[in-house]
Amino acid sequence: MVDGPQAHASQTAAETRNPLIRVDGLSVRFDAGRSGFWGQHRRVVHAVENVSFAIMPGETLGLVGESGSGKSTTGRAILRRVPAAAGRILYKERDITHAGNEELRPLRRHMQLVFQDPYASLNPRMRVIDIVAEPLVVHGLAANNREAAGKVAELVQRVGLPPDAGSRYPHAFSGGQRQRVGIARALALNPEFIVADEPVSALDVSIRAQIVNLMQDLQRDLGIAYLFIAHDLAVVRHISHRIAIMYAGKIVEIAGRDELYQRPMHPYAQALLSAVPVPDPRVQRARRRITYAGEPPNPLEPPPGCRFQSRCPHRTGQCRLEDPQLEERGAGHRVACWNS
Amino acid sequence: MTQAVEPYLLEIDNLVVHFTTRHGVVQGVRGVNLKLRHGETLGIVGESGSGKSVTVQSVMGLINVPGEIVGGDIRWKGQSLIGPNGRACLEKVRGKEIAMIFQDPMTSLDALFSIGTQITEVLRHHMGMGKKQARQRALELLEMVDIGAPEKRLDQFPHEMSGGMRQRVMIAIALACEPQLLIADEPTTALDVTIQAQILELLTGLQERLKLSVIMITHDLGVIAQMCHRVAVMYAGKIVEVGLAEDIFERPVHPYTQGLLRATPRPDDVTERMVAIDGMPPNLIAPPSGCAFAARCSCVQDGCCLPPELTHYTEDRLVSCWCAGQQQP
Repeated sequence: MVDGPQAHASQTAAETRNPLIRVDGLSVRFDAGRSGFWGQHRRVVHAVENVSFAIMPGETLGLVGESGSGKSTTGRAILRRVPAAAGRILYKERDITHAGNEELRPLRRHMQLVFQDPYASLNPRMRVIDIVAEPLVVHGLAANNREAAGKVAELVQRVGLPPDAGSRYPHAFSGGQRQRVGIARALALNPEFIVADEPVSALDVSIRAQIVNLMQDLQRDLGIAYLFIAHDLAVVRHISHRIAIMYAGKIVEIAGRDELYQRPMHPYAQALLSAVPVPDPRVQRARRRITYAGEPPNPLEPPPGCRFQSRCPHRTGQCRLEDPQLEERGAGHRVACWNS
Repeated sequence: MTQAVEPYLLEIDNLVVHFTTRHGVVQGVRGVNLKLRHGETLGIVGESGSGKSVTVQSVMGLINVPGEIVGGDIRWKGQSLIGPNGRACLEKVRGKEIAMIFQDPMTSLDALFSIGTQITEVLRHHMGMGKKQARQRALELLEMVDIGAPEKRLDQFPHEMSGGMRQRVMIAIALACEPQLLIADEPTTALDVTIQAQILELLTGLQERLKLSVIMITHDLGVIAQMCHRVAVMYAGKIVEVGLAEDIFERPVHPYTQGLLRATPRPDDVTERMVAIDGMPPNLIAPPSGCAFAARCSCVQDGCCLPPELTHYTEDRLVSCWCAGQQQP
């Protein structure tokens, strides 16, 4: 077993190795129906626009953004659950952007998803043993649920559920335990990569830490890479090695964890960080909070130029005309802003 | 305790609320005592099922079958709001002297009526205003909650607005009758963090400007830290600790408060591991006879099999824990 700091050291060594997942200029668009006279005008939601990043084996990339920023869509596009409109998705340097179902099937084993809502994502009519065994049977690793029982018992124990959990139904469990069931199911196929879509957002504060710590333990022991999606900067600090911040479908800043918290450069990243309230009245009331008026732009008609311009205090003429691209501002720290 | 010249604005006395379900009677609130002073912001913090929302819903008379207030009293300026006589009193003050805003501004606004109609309705019903006068006042209210272009907004419908904007409208409606007490039940939980920051700033400003008393229900200690003068921490249907916000954050006494504070992520915390509270809250159909937190508590002792009372720890701190007495105040 490797402990935390050493894992980190091997991480930096791994940078030179091939990434597990590489996303290159990914765009996702959704059809939003037609409008205008006789529906001549097609309405398109620009959910994700020209997003690029890489995830190393055993690494956690935190993907942070508010509702509608495209963070979940990005995660789903990597798993090929929504089609990409442009760009490439590479798994171990192999282009899977347009891979067919037959080609994807063996790959899906290695890439799993953990959902936000543990109440909606588990079938209430299936026992835990059947929920966890299902992927094993589907992928032909076990002939039936009974054959999978041994592996299921091991998984149930691994995620910290009581041994008798297998024979019970999801309603018998609390939110935190259901999330453990979801993780056990995702783990069943020994994945190398898990997209965790706000896995702790629906949980109570005292339970959140239990799940985050479990995910860290699993990463340490099994070397899983995570794309950890979150809507604020509170929890991601603990689990992420690097963090990317999305706004209105684009990545505005990406950096190593400590670097991002110490020196956020994009005005939106600064606002997002200052919006997390500190649980200490003296600190919180004395803090200079950055709150920008206004709200994200309409994804149906994103403005030309920078998408944050309507809320940005540092806006200049250039921001209205040209869209800033991610630029290197130090080791691994990239920012998309004309004025920071 | 300081000499209270006038009685408390709101007093909750040993409130007990039960819910009858298929599986048994859920003891949602198990004897809550709270006093609210004029012009103060009281935060009630707790996790899902701790009884914080049920407590304030009882104040507003919003407990319906299968729920029932089975014991205790709620007094508004000394007058009871419980029982047949209390109901009449409640009808007079609800919406007028006590207003409430909810977590989800989409479901609490009526999708079929314009914003203007919904604000003026309140003004005409409670304040007896005419159509024109009500519209004028509605404009002022929208300006007060920092909604730009209020003339245009009045004729819009809820679906044309964002979540943050709808919560601002809800606040405007709640403040329409110049209430003395605003109850905010997780007002920012459904909003994005940057929008949450805007709404909290607005509420803090309004509270100071209008000398409002506020009860703020939240699961987020960060929100409490920003807004509240006093805090009540709830666990499993009971209050386990009450005190001044600054004191509680600096020196939490109840092990649950301590655990909650450690488990709350801070943006300035650099540790890799988060601190969890092991286990989970008890089932309130058959709550433990002793301290409800004992099963998760690290300083549990023999005496914890008896229920602890909420007692004075210092002058303005109340704690319900057997071990609290062993710590030096």
